Amino acid sequence: MGEAPGTFRKVRLLDAAGMTRAISRMAREVVEAEGGTDGFALIGIRTRGVPLAQRLAAEIARTEGVQVPVGLLDITLYRDDLTTVASSPVLKKTEIPFPVEGRNVILCDDVLFTGRTVRAAMDAILDFGRPRKILLAVLVDRGRRELPIEAEYIGKKIATSATEIVSVTFRETDREDDVWLLDREAAKAAPKVAPKPAREKVPAPRRRSRKK
Amino acid sequence: MTKRPDSPDSAAPRRALSKKDLLDIEGITEDDIRLVLDTAESMREINQRAIKKVPTLRGKLVANLFFENSTRTRFSFEIAERRLSADSIALSATGTSVAKGETLLDTGRNLMAMAPDAIVIRHPRSGAPHLLARSLPCAVVNAGDGTHAHPTQALLDAFTIRRAKGTLAGLRVAICGDVSHSRVARSNVSLLTKMGAGVTLAGPATLLPAEIERTGARIVTRIEEAVDGADVIMMLRVQKERGGGLGFPSDREYFEVFGLTPARRRLARKDAIVMHPGPMNRGVEIDSAVADGPDSVILDQVENGVAIRMAVLYLLIGASGDE
Amino acid sequence: MSEAVLLRGGRVVDPSRNLDQTLDVLLRDGVVAKVDEKIAAKGVDVVDAAGLVVAPGFVDLHAHLREPGFEHKETVETGTRAAAAGGFTSVCAMANTMPVLDDAPAVAFLVRRIRETALVRVYPIGAVSKGLEGLELAEIGLMKAEGIVAVSDDGKPVANGMLMRRALEYATMFGLPVVVHEEDPSLVGGGVMNEGWTSTRLGLPGWPNVGESAMVARDVQLAALTKARLHVAHVSTRESLEMIRVARRAGIAVTCEVTPHHLTLTDEEVARSGYDTRFKMNPPLRSEADRAALVAALVEGTIDAVATDHAPHHEDEKALAFEDAPFGVTGLETALPVLVDALLVPRAITLQRLVEVLSTAPARVFSLPGGTLAEGAPADVVVFSTTKSTHVTPDGFVSRSKNSPWTARTLRGRVERTFVGGREVFARGAGPAGGAR
Repeated sequence: MGEAPGTFRKVRLLDAAGMTRAISRMAREVVEAEGGTDGFALIGIRTRGVPLAQRLAAEIARTEGVQVPVGLLDITLYRDDLTTVASSPVLKKTEIPFPVEGRNVILCDDVLFTGRTVRAAMDAILDFGRPRKILLAVLVDRGRRELPIEAEYIGKKIATSATEIVSVTFRETDREDDVWLLDREAAKAAPKVAPKPAREKVPAPRRRSRKK
Repeated sequence: MTKRPDSPDSAAPRRALSKKDLLDIEGITEDDIRLVLDTAESMREINQRAIKKVPTLRGKLVANLFFENSTRTRFSFEIAERRLSADSIALSATGTSVAKGETLLDTGRNLMAMAPDAIVIRHPRSGAPHLLARSLPCAVVNAGDGTHAHPTQALLDAFTIRRAKGTLAGLRVAICGDVSHSRVARSNVSLLTKMGAGVTLAGPATLLPAEIERTGARIVTRIEEAVDGADVIMMLRVQKERGGGLGFPSDREYFEVFGLTPARRRLARKDAIVMHPGPMNRGVEIDSAVADGPDSVILDQVENGVAIRMAVLYLLIGASGDE
Repeated sequence: MSEAVLLRGGRVVDPSRNLDQTLDVLLRDGVVAKVDEKIAAKGVDVVDAAGLVVAPGFVDLHAHLREPGFEHKETVETGTRAAAAGGFTSVCAMANTMPVLDDAPAVAFLVRRIRETALVRVYPIGAVSKGLEGLELAEIGLMKAEGIVAVSDDGKPVANGMLMRRALEYATMFGLPVVVHEEDPSLVGGGVMNEGWTSTRLGLPGWPNVGESAMVARDVQLAALTKARLHVAHVSTRESLEMIRVARRAGIAVTCEVTPHHLTLTDEEVARSGYDTRFKMNPPLRSEADRAALVAALVEGTIDAVATDHAPHHEDEKALAFEDAPFGVTGLETALPVLVDALLVPRAITLQRLVEVLSTAPARVFSLPGGTLAEGAPADVVVFSTTKSTHVTPDGFVSRSKNSPWTARTLRGRVERTFVGGREVFARGAGPAGGAR
């Protein structure tokens, strides 16, 4: 998710190196759980699930020498009213160039939050055929689920508040690799000390060495 | 446009297209056209799957009012509606309140009491969809009104051309036949010139409407001149049921003088495509050998029609800009 | 109620006497008693006409009052109320009622209804042919005895040349003008709007100019042959104007009229409004070139008079697809504001000519009383403002019907008072008797 106006950066959750390490670990976990590189495929949920899926596949290819199939899934047509992913009706292509039948499908997304996006993705996959299993790999699990959905492979797990936003950027889709925890300006309201001067609505990078 | 009860900003619902209805090509923008064509690509992909269905319009109601006989357009819309999981009902002109003298407006109002999200209407009178669109809050899609417009046909034709040729701008398109009675011709000329194609209209002088040159198309009365060097040949149906019969003496003469024969087809570019909105009068405006030949994309047009209509319905009543 | 009214200090415009001056006008005992500076009179109703125009009451040569037979659209009573609100003191009623006014009893019925319910003077026009079928002559002589002032099949053309010739020969015997609706059905077919770029874009069957002018050409030659009085109704094309000019130069006695809508609107309105049937009438709105030619012809005299062709229709009837809706728009209440707003204000016409084409000229064309403020003439007077505005709203119409092209517009020009035979039949803002806004 990109940064929205009226927010500010609170804490960096992962830098580029951290992301690479997390993805490497996840790739090893997948291969170990699957007992090899056969019988499964990665499907990235647009938009930012796609670079995750591609990087996992690249990492597996690097360590195992095998190219695992990768698909791209646009879930716009499967969203319910409350899915917060897409803010425009423009559709992107869904490309699943392999049969889903009887395979383990590992859905990939950048952030797991309410679970609604994943629910929509599962409906879409099931319209393509009957996989043996559907598993979920996410870079960040931020809790606050609204549906009973859990990820098998997790890059980083944190607890978040309702106003906070997890912002994941990839080199492939945005400027750089980064994962930030943002919060809305309004949430800074409660002053524990004397009132501070009014702040402008420009997100300025702030570093607080406390939280990690 | 149905309101979402929990939408944060219901004051001004953001539409995907610039208007709540699709009535004609003049009423939509170039951006609208591109959005429809791009969306149709995704819809087309759905139509290749084993399960050709997505839940996007689940719970939405689309009423098909077809006051004119039509098989392919009606089927095309109904399939599109069902593939998007919408509830689809059809009302045809005979054996209904309309046959008992109910006016179009009253039919529309009665229908509104059942809260459709969209009405798809085909009507023998030009301007009938505009009457409904003005008076009803739901989306109105024109599936063909009199001799005025057939916007989804023009969109699917453009989609077919774009897929075959990669672009619309700069193409040489020949549209030939009974132009005066053809809503397909009007919508196509409008869309293609809007998107930068060069259009030539060819027909007997008796079947060319007044001041048609003001569309920006080149006007000729010999099909050879239109087809020469063309990238796309679009043949129009002779509309006998709309009075097209008075414009020329016989089918035989029409075919000899204006029909698309293999010889005339060869005047166009080698990689030219041949189109027809259907249904065809074989042996009148088009020779069977050409209609069934390798450059004919007539069946693609039909297939693409479903994808385009899915795209239109999705953009009018499925998509919305929220949060 | 006083028998006398003094209209004080208005700009008196009387084309019959070339008069344009600030004067007082005294109406007494049903006639114009005196027109002079500073008239002193006691025991009279005084109307302050300062800043207003005082003119002979307007005379409409062409209106459809729809009674008998179509009372849901209009009646003599409601139609004449509308006329009064528009400043018209005389209205000619066309024959396409149900039953058609094609015999003496039908005319007698209408005359009785006029006597019982009309607010202004109404002159019936009889049919040319029985049932408007265009086949046999109607009983023109017997109808003349009942009081028709002209004959016309308006609504429909007399397509057959032989019948038109006979009608011209016959009606002339009774001194009646023949009013012709020029529309060649074989050229017009199912045309519903002007044939041109707009009709092509909208996919509506076109009604080409030649459908009117070819028939005008035929009929002026028949008029020459028969020495009849030919009056061309609602002329709409520049080609027809050419035919009429040629005929005039040859000394043929042809007169013609034009409607306010043809002078001010074009076929583009149908496109702009999205097929709104308030812009559907016969003959249709034409091109800008035609419209400009009509204005020029009105100003220089080729066109004699303005006539409204007031054609009321119930809103249910007009709420149909464009091709299915009936032709016609109302015009009695809007004629004056439309002409002031579109022609007088931009100085395309003079006030004198405007008044002339609305009153003096039409009266002369059909040899009707009126159109003059000469002493002794019937006290048919209109008082109007060229500066105040009329807001045209659907609820504001006095007519039973609302099919007007000018709904939701504000026009400069407003009728203030109307008098027929010295009796006030309309007063702006006076309540039910006078009508709205």
